[in-house]
Amino acid sequence: MAPAAPPAALLDHRLLFVTGKGGVGKSTIAAALGGLAVARGRRVVVAEVHRRADVEHVVTAAGADHISIDPQDAMEEYLADQLPGPLAELLKSSRAFGYLAAATPGLRELLTAGKLWELAQDERRTPGARPYDLVVVDAPATGHGLALLQAPRTFADAAKVGPIARQGGIIDAQLRDPAQTAVVAVTTAEEMPVNETLALREGLRAAMGLDLSLVVVNGVRPDRFTAAEAKLLAEATDEPAVAVALDQHALAREQRSQLGRLRRGLDGAVATVTLPFVPQGPDPAAFGARLARAAG
Amino acid sequence: MSMGVEPWIDGRRVIVCAGAGGVGKTTVSATLALGLAARGARVAVVTIDPARRLADALGLDELGNEPHLVDPDRLAAHGVALAPGGELWAMTLDPKHTFDELVEQLAPDATNRDEILANRIYQQLSGAVAGSQEFTAVAKLYELHASGRFDVLVLDTPPTRNALDFLDAPDRLLGFLEGSALRTLLAPTGLAARILGRGTGVVFAVLQRVTGVDLLTDLSVFFRSLGGLLDGFRARAAAVKALLGDPATTFLIVTSPAREPSEEAVFFAGRLRDAGMPLGGVIVNRVTPEPAGPADPDAVAAGLEDRLGAALARKVAAAHADARALAARDRDAVARLARETGGAPLLLVPQLGGDVHDVGGLARLRERLFAAG
Repeated sequence: MAPAAPPAALLDHRLLFVTGKGGVGKSTIAAALGGLAVARGRRVVVAEVHRRADVEHVVTAAGADHISIDPQDAMEEYLADQLPGPLAELLKSSRAFGYLAAATPGLRELLTAGKLWELAQDERRTPGARPYDLVVVDAPATGHGLALLQAPRTFADAAKVGPIARQGGIIDAQLRDPAQTAVVAVTTAEEMPVNETLALREGLRAAMGLDLSLVVVNGVRPDRFTAAEAKLLAEATDEPAVAVALDQHALAREQRSQLGRLRRGLDGAVATVTLPFVPQGPDPAAFGARLARAAG
Repeated sequence: MSMGVEPWIDGRRVIVCAGAGGVGKTTVSATLALGLAARGARVAVVTIDPARRLADALGLDELGNEPHLVDPDRLAAHGVALAPGGELWAMTLDPKHTFDELVEQLAPDATNRDEILANRIYQQLSGAVAGSQEFTAVAKLYELHASGRFDVLVLDTPPTRNALDFLDAPDRLLGFLEGSALRTLLAPTGLAARILGRGTGVVFAVLQRVTGVDLLTDLSVFFRSLGGLLDGFRARAAAVKALLGDPATTFLIVTSPAREPSEEAVFFAGRLRDAGMPLGGVIVNRVTPEPAGPADPDAVAAGLEDRLGAALARKVAAAHADARALAARDRDAVARLARETGGAPLLLVPQLGGDVHDVGGLARLRERLFAAG
């Protein structure tokens, strides 16, 4: 079966969520996708969610704007947008809304989703803000990423009436629209990340009616030896370099089997791109080139 | 550098394995428990989200939120003999189930219990709120400890993005439950009372307008019914904290030499130090050993040409060069860990080829973790 989502179309979306288990190179991939879109003349913002204060390594895409989304700021913007000035000020200063936000499970996710939605509008609601063609979301790890996507619907259902219900419904509609929103999963060819990727796909289809648009498999080791060659090598393990090569081969074979399991789980409906293992971590430029090649 | 984990864990009753996800933490935790059982201890390992094959290997598929005895014959089949008295028990934590059990234990009466369990906000909180998985992990640890059924408990902590969550979980959850947010909502003249009592304050009218009132009703019912549990929660959180700080408890950090897990390991070591918690040592898993043979790929290829043919010899040389690059990266990472984890001892575990997710894999890993084998 032909892959369903060629990468060129990927960049035509308005919102591109990049998610995956921690440590698989998610931020690098998000930056690379942002860079590719910039190279195609798009106005791009890379939005980081749940930024950790202790991370030293920040990857940025040249030519794209970057934003780190803070739920507190998002809430104040939301109030300012929804209410006449004096009322918004009153709410902010009363701190009651802050209490409510702190006490309500999922409200942070809703506010974050709302801010992402706002970034993706033709007419930004933030006064004087420039519009973007593409918002690349460096989303939290898989489970929390799904919670983020689901939050607007959860609140729309829970609140039933009032502005949150209305607003949640509007945001949810955009998130569910496959023409506007795409989700990219980043993984490695190892058991647990593959499990999470397949579980994410299942959750995404059940909760959002969306499929993954692309799976990026990072850190794939070269599979150098045929079975016949491996057999020859197995008879020469008294050579230290041969023993080392066979160890590398065993790891590469284990990855191939996980890659096979991933592809079977995606049943041919989701395109995959593999990136070679680089000891220093994935290189955005190499990824861009490979993704562009895959686009044909 | 230590020869084995024995000096870090001997005489301990609780061993907490912390670290980033994806570094083999669950497998290391299970192997520590296996090694202790082999030496004659009754050990339970509490795992979080184990890989399928590890779960199968340990018989973790059984229902219920309780440890199950791992069949000694299954271990013996892989050459692991348990000393007399030695038992290996294993369980996978079910956070939602653990939270429900806690509510059942702490609720003052059945009506209160049912009201909480049925509340939609509670259902979201127990499953999803940051910190609830961490809290239930230590809550379960405490319960097993208090039961006196085991000599040693090994806890595989949740693969949190931020290791801080785990240490702070009892405080954070308690802070959430009894903090100013809750008090404001619960107070007779508080937010919830005013909204539900059709209070006329402008602020609350606006709040109602912004949020829609149904959500607030749910919230207020939740916090009102939770009020009866607060004392129990507070006592439990304090007991859990005391257990984590007990001299018979030790923390081990499990990491790999990759960049992100190493950064988390350094961060977590600092966090333990700040919290006054004992760090037994750092287990660096999946280290690529320095490969034997010449450094120059051409020399490697030349030495093998006669035996393997030029083409295959060149491929072997390329694979060898990859291993050298990885070993160099890992050497740097290990040096950095040694520098930045505040003098904690390190134990390096080489990358084991093939599958380590079965009992045979645990047995091989045990030889690397325990000096006495």
